[in-house]
Amino acid sequence: MSVTMSRAEYVASDALGLAASIRAGRVRARAVTEAALAQIAARGPAVNAFTSVLPEQARTDAERVDAALAAGRDAGPLAGVPFAVKDLFDVAGITTLAGSRINRERPPAVRDAVAVAALRRAGAVLMGALNMDEYAYGFTTENSHYGPVRNPHDSTRVAGGSSGGSGAAVGAGLVPLTLGSDTNGSVRVPASLCGAFGLKPTYGRVSRTGSTLFAGSFDHVGTIGRSVRDVAAALDLMQGPDPEDPVCSARPAAPCLPLLGEGVGGLRIAVLDGHFARGGEPAAFAAVEQVAAVLGVSRRVTMPEAHRARAAAMVITASEGANVHLADLKRRPQDFDPLTRDRFLAGALVPAAVYVQAQRFRAWYRARVAELFAEVDVLLAPTTPCPAPRIGQDRIVLDGVEVLTRPNLGVYTQPLSFIGLPVLSVPVTRPGALPLGVQLVAAPFREAHVLRVGALLEAKGVVAAAVSA
Amino acid sequence: MAESPTPEELAAYVDETAKRVGLPIAPEHRPGVIQFTGILLAHAALVLEFPLPDEVESAPVFRP
Repeated sequence: MSVTMSRAEYVASDALGLAASIRAGRVRARAVTEAALAQIAARGPAVNAFTSVLPEQARTDAERVDAALAAGRDAGPLAGVPFAVKDLFDVAGITTLAGSRINRERPPAVRDAVAVAALRRAGAVLMGALNMDEYAYGFTTENSHYGPVRNPHDSTRVAGGSSGGSGAAVGAGLVPLTLGSDTNGSVRVPASLCGAFGLKPTYGRVSRTGSTLFAGSFDHVGTIGRSVRDVAAALDLMQGPDPEDPVCSARPAAPCLPLLGEGVGGLRIAVLDGHFARGGEPAAFAAVEQVAAVLGVSRRVTMPEAHRARAAAMVITASEGANVHLADLKRRPQDFDPLTRDRFLAGALVPAAVYVQAQRFRAWYRARVAELFAEVDVLLAPTTPCPAPRIGQDRIVLDGVEVLTRPNLGVYTQPLSFIGLPVLSVPVTRPGALPLGVQLVAAPFREAHVLRVGALLEAKGVVAAAVSA
Repeated sequence: MAESPTPEELAAYVDETAKRVGLPIAPEHRPGVIQFTGILLAHAALVLEFPLPDEVESAPVFRP
C-alpha cells in the first residue's frame, strides 16, 4: 500500500477513481489527503481558490476512513476523496462568510449543511471553503475582500462565478470535486471557464438547508467535478426530500449513476436556436456544433421568449437578493464589496408590479418550455458566450456589440435556471485554447438524460476536464 | 416606468424610492445605483410589456 502520492498520481484520477484505489487498499486515504493538502499549499495561492483550509479535520477524517477499511468496514462510495465547498455552505466550526466581510462577525456554524454532510457521510474528506462573489451576486469572482480567483489555465483571467473557487480548485487539480450554488449560472459559468463538468440539478432536487440563500426562487446546490460519473455520484448522495428546505421536492431520490452506461438511444436531442444562437463569440457556437456533430444532431428548436426570461430572472434576483440584505444595506453599505453594493441597492428599488409580473411570466414560460419537452428530451446550448475574460475587464465585444462583461457571462444560463431545469455543462475538448462549456438541458427531474448524453460524449473524447499543468 | 426614463427621471426615481423604503444612498454610491437601476428598469420593461393571460398565477406556491 502506498503511503505517499505525487501530483501526477493525484490528478490522474477522478473522485471515484481515487475512492476505488483507497477502497482496494492501493493507497491510504491519509496519503491522498496529504497530496491534496500539498497541492492546496503549492498551487492554491496562485489561483486564490480557498478562503479557509481545514488540515487537521481533513487528516482526522482520512484516518477514520483508513481505520474503517483496516477493520473490514465499508468506508463509503467516496472513501477518502478530497473535496471542498463554496464558502456559503455551513461547515461546523467555521464561520460561513459567503464572500462577505460583514458575515465575519457571525459565530461559527454549529452543523454542516445537508449537502456537505451527505458527502462526508459517504467518506469524502472536506479540505476547506472556497472563494466566491460576495453573497453569490456575480459571474466573475473578482472579490474585493478576499481577492479575485484566478483562472487555472491563464492567471490573468477570471475563473467565472459566483462559484469561482469551486471551478478553479477543480481546474487547478487541488481537489477533484467541489460544491457550488447556482442561482443564474454560478456553477455552470465557472465550470465552463475552468474546463470542468458542472451539474445544476432540478430546482428542489437537492436540499439547500445550511446554505446561505441569495435569491431563493432560483437557488440550487450544484457540483463541479472532473468526470460525469463524479458529478452523478455526488448528486445521488445528495438528492432527495428535506422537510427543512421549503422548496425541496418530496419526490424520492432517483439514482442516476447506474444509468450512465445506457447511451443516448431513444433520446431526442436538438440544438437551441434564437436567443441561444446569437450574442456570443463564434467559438461558443462552434463548441455546440462540435458536440452536435458527434451526436449526429442537426435539429433546431426554439425556447420562446428566452431573452425575456433572462430579464425576468434579473429583476427577481435583484429584488430577492436586495431584500435578504436590506438591513445591512441601510446601516452599513460601505462594508459591501463595491462590485455588488450598487446592484444590491438598486435591487431594493424595483417596483412590486415588476416583481410579481416576473413571477407570473415565470409560470407562463415554464408551461411553454414544458410543451417543448413533449417533443424533445435534451437541448444543447452554449454555457458562456466566450472563454474567460481578463480580470478587471469591464466590457467585451460580443457579436459586434460592446456589452458589460460581468452580467453577460450568464446570458445563456439564466433562462434555464429561471425555471429550474437540470443542466450539465460539459467541457469541450479544445487543444491549445481556453476552456469552453456546452449546456445539456433536460426537463425537470430528468438529470439522468443529460448525464447519459454527457457520459457518451466523454467516452467519445469530445468532452474532457482540463487540469492545468 | 415602462418607457425609457430620461437620466433626470431615473435619478429622481432612485432618490424618491430610496426615501420611501428608508434606504439612505450615500453620494459616492448614487451614480452606480442610478446606473444599475437603469439597467434593471430596462429588464423590467421587457417583463411588463409582455401580455399575460389573467389566469396565469405567480410561480411560487405557498403551502400552509
